[in-house]
Amino acid sequence: MSPGQVFRFALAGLAANKLRSALTTLGILIGVGSVVLLVAVGNGSSQSVQNAISSLGASAITVLHTEGSAGPAAAPTSAAGSTAFAEPQNLTVQDAQALASASGVASVSPVVSTSETLDNGADSDTGVSLTGTYPSYFPAEDDTLSAGAYFTQQEVNTARDVVVLGSEAATDLFGTASPVGKSVLVDGIPFTVVGVLASKGTSGLTSADNTAVAPLTTVQDALTGFGSLDDVVVLAKSATQVDTVEGEITSILDLRHHETAADADFDVLSASSLLSTASSTAHTFTVLLGAVAAISLLVGGIGITNIMLVTVTERTREIGIRKAIGATPGVILAQFLTEATLLSMIGGALGVLAGVIGTRFTIVGVKPVTVPLSIPLAFGVSAIIGLFFGGFPANRAAHMRPADALRYE
Amino acid sequence: MTPPEPRYTAGPPDAEAPSVEEPQPVIRLVSVIKTYGTGEASVQALRGVSLDVVERDYVAIMGASGSGKSTMMNIIGCLDVPSQGQFLIDGIDTSSLDEQQLAVVRNRKIGFVFQAFNLIPRMSALANVELPLSYAGLRSAERRLRAEAALRLVGLAGRMAAQPQQLSGGQQQRVAIARALVTAPSLILADEPTGNLDSKASGDLMDVVDRLNAAGRTIVLITHEPDVAAHAKRTIQLQDGQIVADRRVAGPESLPPLLARQMAQQVDGPVRP
Repeated sequence: MSPGQVFRFALAGLAANKLRSALTTLGILIGVGSVVLLVAVGNGSSQSVQNAISSLGASAITVLHTEGSAGPAAAPTSAAGSTAFAEPQNLTVQDAQALASASGVASVSPVVSTSETLDNGADSDTGVSLTGTYPSYFPAEDDTLSAGAYFTQQEVNTARDVVVLGSEAATDLFGTASPVGKSVLVDGIPFTVVGVLASKGTSGLTSADNTAVAPLTTVQDALTGFGSLDDVVVLAKSATQVDTVEGEITSILDLRHHETAADADFDVLSASSLLSTASSTAHTFTVLLGAVAAISLLVGGIGITNIMLVTVTERTREIGIRKAIGATPGVILAQFLTEATLLSMIGGALGVLAGVIGTRFTIVGVKPVTVPLSIPLAFGVSAIIGLFFGGFPANRAAHMRPADALRYE
Repeated sequence: MTPPEPRYTAGPPDAEAPSVEEPQPVIRLVSVIKTYGTGEASVQALRGVSLDVVERDYVAIMGASGSGKSTMMNIIGCLDVPSQGQFLIDGIDTSSLDEQQLAVVRNRKIGFVFQAFNLIPRMSALANVELPLSYAGLRSAERRLRAEAALRLVGLAGRMAAQPQQLSGGQQQRVAIARALVTAPSLILADEPTGNLDSKASGDLMDVVDRLNAAGRTIVLITHEPDVAAHAKRTIQLQDGQIVADRRVAGPESLPPLLARQMAQQVDGPVRP
C-alpha cells in the first residue's frame, strides 16, 4: 500500500469531521502561534534594552557612590551590628585622581548631578539633569557637539559659570535660535551657554537630551556643596580593558576606604556588565514567555490525543471492516498517525503564520523581533506532538481485534 | 509498496503428491475448540469441530443463535484463531501466523460479505470495491479496472460513483459482494448476507451468489434461514458448538441446486411441483 494512498485515506478521515478537525487544529495553532510570538516579544524587549545600554559607550565605567551595606538607611535598626563594618566614606575628587593612576585608564571624570530648573527670562525648563564634571566627561559619554564648544579644564579650575546644554534643553529654552553666548539662570545664578550637544535620543524612560553640563567646581560651589561625588566616570583605553580596569578600580577604592567587598560604599558599573545583567534578565523573561506558550502547545497536543481517541472509538467498526478485507496493523497505524500528524502540522503551519503576522505589531510597547530558530522549532515540535499524542490512539486502532471491532455498534 | 511475498504457501498441492482424486480442501478444520474467557467464567463456543470444504463447493452452515455459528465464521474468516485444534486455509496452518500475516491471508484468500453490508461510509461504491486491492498494493489503474469489472458482474455498472447511503440495501450488499470477489479469493464467506434484506432483494442477491458458485467460486454461507440454505450444495447443522448434521444435495462440481432447476425450467418447460 503506497504512502500516497495512506495519505488520501487520512485526508478523507479528517474531512469526514471538518468542524472537529478545525477545532483540534486551532488548539495547535494557538500553541505554535504563541510560542513564535511570545518568544519574539521577549527577544524584542531584550534587544531594545541592549541597544539602550550599548549607546552608553562601550569603554566607559561608572563608579557609583552608595551608602554601603551598613549605611545610614540601615543604621537605626541595626546600630550594634553596623559597628563591625567600616563607616561608609564619601567618594571624593582625591579618589578620582587616585583612579587616574591605574593602568589602562584613559581619563577620569568626577561627577555630581542634580535636577534643576533652567530659566532664560522668557522660558523655563524644569527637571533638567545638571551634571558637574570635567571636560573628559564628554568623550567618555560619547557626547558630540552640535554648536559651540565644551568648557575647558581651565574653566573648571577657575569655577567659571559656563554650561553646555543638551539638545532638548536648548530647544526648550531657545527654540531654533542658537543659544551659544546667551545666558541661562540656574537657581538664580546666571550661566553662559558655551555649547550645545547633539541629540542622543531616549534611553529607556528618561530623555538623554534634557541635560546641562557645567564645570564640577562651579556646580559644587553654587548648588550641591562639597560633599560626596555622585559618581566617577572612568574611560578605559579600550573596550577589551574594561574588565581589568574594573578590578583595579575596586582594589584601589577598597584600599583607600579601608573596606572589603562586603561593606563597599561604591558600585562599579560598565556598559558590558550592565549588558550581561540585562541580557540574562531578558533571557529569563524570554524563557518564561516561551514556557507559558509551550504549555499551551502541550494542551493542544492533549487535544489531539483526545480527538483521536474519540475518532478511533467512533470508527471502530470501520477499522474492523478495513482489517477484515486485509488492512495490516501497520497500515491502520499509518493511517491514524497520518491523520494526527496532519492535524498538528496544519495547525503548526497556520500557527507559524499567525505568529509571524503577530510580530508585525507592537505589543505592550515592545516591538517583537522574531527569533528565526523559533519557527522551525515550533513547527517541528507540533509535528512531533502529532506523532507522539496520536501514537497512543493509532496504536489502539492498529491492534484492535477484527472480530471485536466488527461486532462494535 | 509491492505486495509482500506470502511466506507461508504450501506450494502447488499436486507437485509431489500424485493423488488427483483427493484435491486439497480450501478450508480444513481439525477438532477445533474455541473457548472464551478463562477459569470458571469460560464458555466453550466450539467443542471439537472438524470440517473440510473442497474447491467449488457451496456450503451453508446453519444453526440457532448460540450454536457457535459466529465463532465458526470468525475462525474460517481468520478474524479469530482456535483455542485448540487446527484451521488450514489453502493448506496454510493459521495458528503459525501473526497479525500481519493473517491480514494478508484475509486479503488474498477470503472475501467477506456481512449481514450489515459493512461498506465504508462516505466512500463511493467503486472506492469501496477498490479498497482490498489498495491493501494488496495494486496500482490505481489496475484497481479501477478490476473494481469496475466486479461491479458490472453484480449488476451495478450504473451506480459506481454512488455512496453507500445513496444505495438500497440490496444494492449495498451487491457492492459488498463485488468487494469480496474483486481480489479473486479462494473462498467467499457470507455471514447472513440476506439478514437485512426483503425477500425480493434476498432472491436477487442469492441469484448472484449462485452464479458466482457456478462460475467456480467456493462459497461458505452462514445462515439460519432454510430458504437461503436451500441454495447450497451442502448443508451443515451446528448445535451447541458441534456439527449435528451434514447433508449433501449436490456434488461440488455440479451447478447449485436452485440454479440448476431454474435452468432446467428454461430448457424443458415447467417442472411439475
